[in-house]
Amino acid sequence: MGLLGFLFPERRNTAVIARDRLKIVLAHERASRAAPDFLPALQKDLLDVVGRYVEIRDEMLRVNVGRSGETSLLEINVEIDGAKVKSPVKNGAAAEPKPVPIKVAKPDPSSHPPWVKPS
Amino acid sequence: MTAKVIVLTSGKGGVGKTTSAAAVAAGLALRGHRTVVIDFDVGLRNLDLIMGCERRVVFDFINVINGDAKLNQALIKDKRNDSLYVFPTSQTRDKDALKRDGVERVLDELKESFDYIVCDSPAGIEHGAITALYFADEAIIVTNPEVSSVRDSDRIIGILASKSRRAEHNMDPVAVHLLLTRYSPERVLKGEMLAIDDVKEILSIPLLGVIPESESVLKASNTGTPVVFDDQSPAGQAYHDAVARLLGEQRELRFLKPERRSFFRSLFGRA
Repeated sequence: MGLLGFLFPERRNTAVIARDRLKIVLAHERASRAAPDFLPALQKDLLDVVGRYVEIRDEMLRVNVGRSGETSLLEINVEIDGAKVKSPVKNGAAAEPKPVPIKVAKPDPSSHPPWVKPS
Repeated sequence: MTAKVIVLTSGKGGVGKTTSAAAVAAGLALRGHRTVVIDFDVGLRNLDLIMGCERRVVFDFINVINGDAKLNQALIKDKRNDSLYVFPTSQTRDKDALKRDGVERVLDELKESFDYIVCDSPAGIEHGAITALYFADEAIIVTNPEVSSVRDSDRIIGILASKSRRAEHNMDPVAVHLLLTRYSPERVLKGEMLAIDDVKEILSIPLLGVIPESESVLKASNTGTPVVFDDQSPAGQAYHDAVARLLGEQRELRFLKPERRSFFRSLFGRA
Protein backbone atom coordinates (compact mmCIF):
# COMPACT_ATOMS: atom_id res chain seq x y z
CA MET A 1 0.00 0.00 0.00
CA GLY A 2 1.47 3.33 -1.05
CA LEU A 3 1.34 6.56 0.83
CA LEU A 4 -1.84 7.58 -0.95
CA GLY A 5 -3.44 4.27 -0.10
CA PHE A 6 -2.40 4.81 3.49
CA LEU A 7 -3.80 8.31 3.64
CA PHE A 8 -7.01 7.42 1.83
CA PRO A 9 -7.81 3.81 2.69
CA GLU A 10 -9.97 2.27 0.00
CA ARG A 11 -13.44 1.51 1.13
CA ARG A 12 -14.22 -2.16 0.94
CA ASN A 13 -15.55 -2.91 -2.52
CA THR A 14 -18.72 -4.78 -1.65
CA ALA A 15 -19.53 -5.58 -5.29
CA VAL A 16 -16.39 -7.74 -5.43
CA ILE A 17 -17.48 -9.56 -2.28
CA ALA A 18 -20.92 -10.13 -3.82
CA ARG A 19 -19.40 -11.51 -7.01
CA ASP A 20 -17.07 -13.90 -5.20
CA ARG A 21 -19.79 -15.17 -2.87
CA LEU A 22 -22.11 -15.77 -5.81
CA LYS A 23 -19.46 -17.68 -7.73
CA ILE A 24 -18.87 -20.03 -4.83
CA VAL A 25 -22.49 -20.65 -3.92
CA LEU A 26 -23.58 -21.15 -7.53
CA ALA A 27 -20.75 -23.57 -8.30
CA HIS A 28 -21.97 -25.64 -5.37
CA GLU A 29 -25.65 -25.40 -6.28
CA ARG A 30 -25.11 -26.23 -9.93
CA ALA A 31 -23.16 -29.35 -8.99
CA SER A 32 -25.87 -30.59 -6.65
CA ARG A 33 -28.57 -29.76 -9.21
CA ALA A 34 -26.93 -31.95 -11.83
CA ALA A 35 -26.48 -34.75 -9.34
CA PRO A 36 -28.31 -38.01 -9.95
CA ASP A 37 -31.11 -38.92 -7.54
CA PHE A 38 -29.31 -41.88 -6.03
CA LEU A 39 -26.55 -39.79 -4.42
CA PRO A 40 -28.15 -39.43 -0.97
CA ALA A 41 -28.84 -43.19 -0.78
CA LEU A 42 -25.30 -43.96 -1.93
CA GLN A 43 -23.92 -41.59 0.66
CA LYS A 44 -25.91 -43.34 3.38
CA ASP A 45 -24.74 -46.80 2.32
CA LEU A 46 -21.14 -45.66 2.17
CA LEU A 47 -21.44 -44.18 5.65
CA ASP A 48 -22.72 -47.52 6.93
CA VAL A 49 -19.80 -49.41 5.40
CA VAL A 50 -17.06 -46.98 6.37
CA GLY A 51 -18.68 -46.67 9.77
CA ARG A 52 -17.95 -50.33 10.46
CA TYR A 53 -14.24 -49.58 10.38
CA VAL A 54 -13.92 -46.06 11.72
CA GLU A 55 -16.17 -43.86 13.69
CA ILE A 56 -17.17 -41.08 11.35
CA ARG A 57 -19.84 -38.48 11.41
CA ASP A 58 -22.20 -37.82 8.50
CA GLU A 59 -20.51 -34.62 7.39
CA MET A 60 -17.12 -36.35 7.10
CA LEU A 61 -18.20 -38.23 3.97
CA ARG A 62 -19.10 -36.29 0.84
CA VAL A 63 -20.27 -37.66 -2.47
CA ASN A 64 -20.27 -35.47 -5.56
CA VAL A 65 -20.67 -35.84 -9.25
CA GLY A 66 -18.36 -33.64 -11.24
CA ARG A 67 -16.73 -33.39 -14.61
CA SER A 68 -13.15 -33.55 -15.70
CA GLY A 69 -12.93 -32.71 -19.37
CA GLU A 70 -15.00 -35.31 -21.18
CA THR A 71 -15.36 -37.63 -18.22
CA SER A 72 -18.04 -37.68 -15.55
CA LEU A 73 -16.53 -38.27 -12.17
CA LEU A 74 -18.07 -39.77 -9.08
CA GLU A 75 -16.08 -38.17 -6.33
CA ILE A 76 -16.13 -39.63 -2.82
CA ASN A 77 -14.30 -37.76 -0.11
CA VAL A 78 -13.93 -39.34 3.30
CA GLU A 79 -12.30 -37.33 6.00
CA ILE A 80 -10.81 -39.71 8.56
CA ASP A 81 -8.34 -37.41 10.24
CA GLY A 82 -8.97 -37.85 13.91
CA ALA A 83 -11.56 -40.53 13.35
CA LYS A 84 -11.36 -43.35 15.85
CA VAL A 85 -10.58 -46.78 14.40
CA LYS A 86 -13.05 -49.37 15.55
CA SER A 87 -11.77 -52.57 17.10
CA PRO A 88 -11.27 -55.43 16.64
CA VAL A 89 -9.97 -55.63 13.10
CA LYS A 90 -9.28 -59.14 11.78
CA ASN A 91 -7.76 -60.01 8.42
CA GLY A 92 -8.05 -56.44 7.34
CA ALA A 93 -11.78 -56.39 7.86
CA ALA A 94 -13.79 -55.29 10.81
CA ALA A 95 -15.76 -57.85 12.68
CA GLU A 96 -19.16 -58.40 11.23
CA PRO A 97 -21.80 -56.84 13.35
CA LYS A 98 -23.59 -59.51 15.33
CA PRO A 99 -26.91 -60.39 13.78
CA VAL A 100 -29.73 -59.09 15.83
CA PRO A 101 -32.09 -61.93 16.73
CA ILE A 102 -35.48 -61.31 15.26
CA LYS A 103 -38.26 -61.72 17.69
CA VAL A 104 -41.42 -63.22 16.33
CA ALA A 105 -44.38 -62.62 18.52
CA LYS A 106 -46.37 -65.82 18.92
CA PRO A 107 -49.95 -65.55 19.94
CA ASP A 108 -50.49 -66.83 23.43
CA PRO A 109 -53.93 -68.43 23.64
CA SER A 110 -54.17 -67.64 27.30
CA SER A 111 -53.74 -63.96 26.60
CA HIS A 112 -57.01 -63.68 24.69
CA PRO A 113 -59.52 -61.51 26.37
CA PRO A 114 -62.39 -63.51 27.82
CA TRP A 115 -64.86 -62.52 25.10
CA VAL A 116 -62.72 -63.98 22.30
CA LYS A 117 -62.91 -67.71 21.76
CA PRO A 118 -59.48 -69.23 21.24
CA SER A 119 -59.56 -71.16 17.98
CA MET B 1 -47.89 -18.69 -38.82
CA THR B 2 -45.14 -19.34 -36.35
CA ALA B 3 -45.85 -17.26 -33.29
CA LYS B 4 -43.03 -17.06 -30.81
CA VAL B 5 -43.71 -17.62 -27.13
CA ILE B 6 -41.48 -15.46 -24.93
CA VAL B 7 -41.53 -15.78 -21.14
CA LEU B 8 -40.28 -13.13 -18.72
CA THR B 9 -39.16 -14.91 -15.62
CA SER B 10 -36.77 -14.39 -12.70
CA GLY B 11 -37.42 -16.64 -9.74
CA LYS B 12 -37.18 -13.66 -7.40
CA GLY B 13 -40.09 -11.27 -7.02
CA GLY B 14 -39.99 -7.52 -7.40
CA VAL B 15 -37.19 -7.39 -9.96
CA GLY B 16 -39.35 -5.93 -12.73
CA LYS B 17 -40.91 -8.87 -14.58
CA THR B 18 -44.29 -7.24 -15.13
CA THR B 19 -42.78 -3.85 -15.99
CA SER B 20 -40.47 -5.58 -18.47
CA ALA B 21 -43.21 -7.80 -19.91
CA ALA B 22 -45.37 -4.73 -20.54
CA ALA B 23 -42.43 -2.81 -22.03
CA VAL B 24 -41.22 -5.66 -24.27
CA ALA B 25 -44.75 -6.44 -25.49
CA ALA B 26 -45.48 -2.77 -26.21
CA GLY B 27 -42.05 -2.42 -27.87
CA LEU B 28 -42.78 -5.35 -30.19
CA ALA B 29 -46.20 -3.91 -31.02
CA LEU B 30 -44.71 -0.47 -31.75
CA ARG B 31 -42.57 -2.20 -34.37
CA GLY B 32 -45.72 -3.53 -35.99
CA HIS B 33 -45.74 -7.07 -34.64
CA ARG B 34 -49.07 -8.40 -33.47
CA THR B 35 -48.40 -9.06 -29.81
CA VAL B 36 -50.36 -10.35 -26.86
CA VAL B 37 -49.07 -10.18 -23.30
CA ILE B 38 -50.47 -12.75 -20.86
CA ASP B 39 -50.52 -12.50 -17.08
CA PHE B 40 -49.66 -15.89 -15.52
CA ASP B 41 -49.72 -14.60 -11.95
CA VAL B 42 -53.03 -16.15 -10.92
CA GLY B 43 -54.42 -14.57 -7.79
CA LEU B 44 -52.08 -11.57 -7.90
CA ARG B 45 -53.14 -9.90 -11.10
CA ASN B 46 -51.09 -6.79 -11.86
CA LEU B 47 -50.29 -6.70 -15.54
CA ASP B 48 -53.67 -5.01 -16.14
CA LEU B 49 -52.63 -2.12 -13.88
CA ILE B 50 -49.23 -1.72 -15.50
CA MET B 51 -50.88 -1.78 -18.94
CA GLY B 52 -53.58 0.64 -17.78
CA CYS B 53 -56.55 -1.55 -18.64
CA GLU B 54 -57.66 -2.64 -15.16
CA ARG B 55 -61.16 -1.25 -15.61
CA ARG B 56 -61.74 -3.10 -18.85
CA VAL B 57 -61.22 -6.63 -17.49
CA VAL B 58 -64.38 -8.69 -17.92
CA PHE B 59 -63.22 -12.23 -18.60
CA ASP B 60 -59.82 -13.69 -17.84
CA PHE B 61 -57.33 -16.47 -18.64
CA ILE B 62 -59.00 -18.98 -16.31
CA ASN B 63 -62.45 -18.25 -17.77
CA VAL B 64 -61.11 -19.07 -21.22
CA ILE B 65 -59.29 -22.20 -20.05
CA ASN B 66 -62.48 -23.43 -18.39
CA GLY B 67 -64.53 -22.64 -21.49
CA ASP B 68 -66.63 -20.01 -19.70
CA ALA B 69 -65.58 -17.31 -22.16
CA LYS B 70 -64.21 -17.10 -25.66
CA LEU B 71 -60.73 -15.82 -26.34
CA ASN B 72 -61.94 -12.68 -28.11
CA GLN B 73 -64.14 -11.84 -25.13
CA ALA B 74 -61.18 -11.90 -22.76
CA LEU B 75 -58.51 -10.21 -24.88
CA ILE B 76 -58.26 -6.47 -24.25
CA LYS B 77 -57.12 -4.36 -27.17
CA ASP B 78 -54.66 -1.65 -26.20
CA LYS B 79 -55.96 1.88 -26.77
CA ARG B 80 -52.55 3.23 -27.77
CA ASN B 81 -51.52 0.57 -30.26
CA ASP B 82 -53.66 -1.57 -32.55
CA SER B 83 -51.18 -4.47 -32.58
CA LEU B 84 -51.14 -4.86 -28.80
CA TYR B 85 -53.47 -7.00 -26.71
CA VAL B 86 -53.57 -7.77 -23.00
CA PHE B 87 -54.77 -11.08 -21.64
CA PRO B 88 -55.46 -10.62 -17.93
CA THR B 89 -55.41 -13.40 -15.39
CA SER B 90 -57.90 -14.30 -12.73
CA GLN B 91 -57.96 -13.17 -9.11
CA THR B 92 -58.99 -16.67 -7.97
CA ARG B 93 -57.10 -18.12 -5.05
CA ASP B 94 -56.99 -21.53 -6.69
CA LYS B 95 -53.50 -21.44 -8.17
CA ASP B 96 -53.89 -24.85 -9.77
CA ALA B 97 -56.63 -23.46 -12.02
CA LEU B 98 -53.86 -22.95 -14.57
CA LYS B 99 -53.99 -26.41 -16.12
CA ARG B 100 -51.18 -27.22 -18.51
CA ASP B 101 -53.34 -28.74 -21.26
CA GLY B 102 -55.75 -25.82 -21.00
CA VAL B 103 -52.88 -23.34 -21.31
CA GLU B 104 -51.55 -25.23 -24.32
CA ARG B 105 -54.96 -25.09 -26.01
CA VAL B 106 -55.23 -21.33 -25.44
CA LEU B 107 -51.66 -20.70 -26.64
CA ASP B 108 -52.30 -22.72 -29.79
CA GLU B 109 -55.35 -20.61 -30.51
CA LEU B 110 -53.41 -17.38 -29.88
CA LYS B 111 -50.64 -18.55 -32.22
CA GLU B 112 -53.10 -18.36 -35.11
CA SER B 113 -53.51 -14.60 -34.81
CA PHE B 114 -50.34 -13.26 -33.15
CA ASP B 115 -46.64 -12.98 -33.98
CA TYR B 116 -45.49 -12.81 -30.37
CA ILE B 117 -46.99 -14.20 -27.20
CA VAL B 118 -45.32 -12.59 -24.18
CA CYS B 119 -45.84 -14.46 -20.90
CA ASP B 120 -45.47 -12.58 -17.63
CA SER B 121 -44.47 -15.20 -15.05
CA PRO B 122 -45.23 -15.07 -11.34
CA ALA B 123 -42.29 -15.11 -8.94
CA GLY B 124 -41.10 -18.35 -7.39
CA ILE B 125 -40.63 -21.80 -8.84
CA GLU B 126 -44.09 -23.17 -8.09
CA HIS B 127 -46.85 -24.30 -10.42
CA GLY B 128 -47.64 -20.88 -11.91
CA ALA B 129 -44.02 -20.06 -12.73
CA ILE B 130 -43.38 -23.50 -14.21
CA THR B 131 -46.55 -23.28 -16.33
CA ALA B 132 -45.52 -19.82 -17.58
CA LEU B 133 -42.12 -21.02 -18.76
CA TYR B 134 -43.15 -24.50 -19.92
CA PHE B 135 -44.24 -23.55 -23.47
CA ALA B 136 -41.58 -20.88 -24.04
CA ASP B 137 -39.45 -20.68 -27.17
CA GLU B 138 -37.40 -17.87 -25.68
CA ALA B 139 -36.92 -16.67 -22.13
CA ILE B 140 -35.94 -13.26 -20.85
CA ILE B 141 -34.35 -13.63 -17.44
CA VAL B 142 -35.08 -10.42 -15.56
CA THR B 143 -32.29 -9.87 -13.05
CA ASN B 144 -31.26 -7.12 -10.65
CA PRO B 145 -27.54 -6.61 -9.99
CA GLU B 146 -27.90 -8.06 -6.51
CA VAL B 147 -26.96 -11.42 -4.99
CA SER B 148 -30.38 -12.96 -4.31
CA SER B 149 -31.72 -12.02 -7.73
CA VAL B 150 -28.68 -13.45 -9.53
CA ARG B 151 -28.88 -16.67 -7.57
CA ASP B 152 -32.60 -17.10 -8.31
CA SER B 153 -31.99 -16.34 -11.98
CA ASP B 154 -29.43 -19.12 -12.09
CA ARG B 155 -32.00 -21.48 -10.61
CA ILE B 156 -34.63 -20.50 -13.19
CA ILE B 157 -32.12 -20.95 -16.03
CA GLY B 158 -31.55 -24.49 -14.72
CA ILE B 159 -35.30 -25.14 -14.65
CA LEU B 160 -35.70 -23.88 -18.23
CA ALA B 161 -32.99 -26.30 -19.30
CA SER B 162 -34.60 -29.29 -17.62
CA LYS B 163 -38.35 -28.77 -17.14
CA SER B 164 -39.55 -26.80 -20.17
CA ARG B 165 -41.46 -28.46 -22.98
CA ARG B 166 -38.45 -28.02 -25.26
CA ALA B 167 -36.26 -29.83 -22.72
CA GLU B 168 -38.77 -32.62 -22.12
CA HIS B 169 -39.23 -33.24 -25.85
CA ASN B 170 -35.52 -33.04 -26.70
CA MET B 171 -36.10 -30.05 -28.97
CA ASP B 172 -33.69 -27.13 -29.40
CA PRO B 173 -33.30 -25.58 -25.96
CA VAL B 174 -35.20 -22.45 -24.92
CA ALA B 175 -33.15 -19.41 -26.00
CA VAL B 176 -32.35 -17.50 -22.83
CA HIS B 177 -31.52 -13.80 -22.62
CA LEU B 178 -30.35 -11.72 -19.69
CA LEU B 179 -32.19 -8.48 -19.01
CA LEU B 180 -30.43 -6.55 -16.26
CA THR B 181 -32.85 -4.11 -14.63
CA ARG B 182 -32.54 -1.37 -12.01
CA TYR B 183 -28.93 -0.89 -12.95
CA SER B 184 -27.23 2.08 -11.36
CA PRO B 185 -23.97 3.13 -13.08
CA GLU B 186 -23.15 5.46 -10.18
CA ARG B 187 -23.24 2.67 -7.66
CA VAL B 188 -21.29 0.32 -9.91
CA LEU B 189 -18.61 2.99 -10.21
CA LYS B 190 -18.43 3.23 -6.43
CA GLY B 191 -18.03 -0.53 -6.16
CA GLU B 192 -21.38 -0.92 -4.44
CA MET B 193 -23.19 -2.84 -7.13
CA LEU B 194 -22.41 -5.85 -9.31
CA ALA B 195 -21.31 -4.70 -12.76
CA ILE B 196 -22.77 -5.96 -16.04
CA ASP B 197 -19.74 -8.12 -16.73
CA ASP B 198 -19.94 -9.72 -13.28
CA VAL B 199 -23.55 -10.80 -13.80
CA LYS B 200 -22.87 -11.90 -17.38
CA GLU B 201 -19.90 -13.97 -16.30
CA ILE B 202 -21.73 -15.60 -13.40
CA LEU B 203 -24.89 -16.49 -15.32
CA SER B 204 -23.09 -17.03 -18.64
CA ILE B 205 -26.05 -16.22 -20.87
CA PRO B 206 -26.16 -13.57 -23.61
CA LEU B 207 -27.12 -10.05 -22.60
CA LEU B 208 -30.31 -8.67 -24.11
CA GLY B 209 -30.26 -5.30 -22.42
CA VAL B 210 -29.51 -3.18 -19.41
CA ILE B 211 -32.28 -1.00 -18.01
CA PRO B 212 -30.99 1.83 -15.85
CA GLU B 213 -32.68 2.58 -12.56
CA SER B 214 -34.96 5.40 -13.58
CA GLU B 215 -37.69 7.57 -12.17
CA SER B 216 -39.68 7.11 -15.33
CA VAL B 217 -40.47 3.47 -14.48
CA LEU B 218 -42.46 4.38 -11.38
CA LYS B 219 -44.10 7.27 -13.21
CA ALA B 220 -45.10 4.91 -16.02
CA SER B 221 -46.63 2.40 -13.60
CA ASN B 222 -48.45 5.21 -11.77
CA THR B 223 -50.27 6.07 -14.96
CA GLY B 224 -50.60 2.58 -16.42
CA THR B 225 -48.40 3.31 -19.43
CA PRO B 226 -45.71 0.82 -20.50
CA VAL B 227 -42.44 2.70 -20.15
CA VAL B 228 -41.56 2.33 -23.86
CA PHE B 229 -44.28 4.85 -24.69
CA ASP B 230 -42.07 7.42 -22.94
CA ASP B 231 -39.50 8.15 -25.65
CA GLN B 232 -37.60 10.59 -23.49
CA SER B 233 -36.79 8.31 -20.60
CA PRO B 234 -33.52 6.34 -20.52
CA ALA B 235 -35.42 3.24 -19.30
CA GLY B 236 -37.90 3.49 -22.18
CA GLN B 237 -35.09 3.82 -24.72
CA ALA B 238 -33.16 0.98 -23.13
CA TYR B 239 -36.23 -1.26 -23.48
CA HIS B 240 -36.54 -0.23 -27.14
CA ASP B 241 -32.92 -1.29 -27.64
CA ALA B 242 -33.58 -4.62 -25.91
CA VAL B 243 -36.57 -5.29 -28.18
CA ALA B 244 -34.44 -4.46 -31.24
CA ARG B 245 -31.80 -6.96 -30.09
CA LEU B 246 -34.51 -9.55 -29.47
CA LEU B 247 -35.43 -9.13 -33.14
CA GLY B 248 -31.81 -9.68 -34.16
CA GLU B 249 -30.56 -6.12 -34.54
CA GLN B 250 -27.16 -5.04 -33.29
CA ARG B 251 -27.33 -2.15 -30.85
CA GLU B 252 -24.71 -0.65 -28.59
CA LEU B 253 -25.49 -0.55 -24.88
CA ARG B 254 -26.46 2.90 -23.68
CA PHE B 255 -26.95 4.74 -20.38
CA LEU B 256 -24.05 3.01 -18.67
CA LYS B 257 -22.27 6.15 -17.57
CA PRO B 258 -23.32 8.05 -14.49
CA GLU B 259 -25.67 10.84 -15.46
CA ARG B 260 -24.13 14.25 -15.27
CA ARG B 261 -25.97 16.42 -12.82
CA SER B 262 -26.29 20.02 -13.76
CA PHE B 263 -25.03 22.57 -11.29
CA PHE B 264 -28.52 23.77 -10.48
CA ARG B 265 -29.89 20.28 -10.03
CA SER B 266 -27.16 19.32 -7.61
CA LEU B 267 -27.67 22.63 -5.85
CA PHE B 268 -31.32 21.89 -5.22
CA GLY B 269 -30.78 18.19 -4.60
CA ARG B 270 -33.04 17.05 -7.42
CA ALA B 271 -32.03 14.00 -9.40
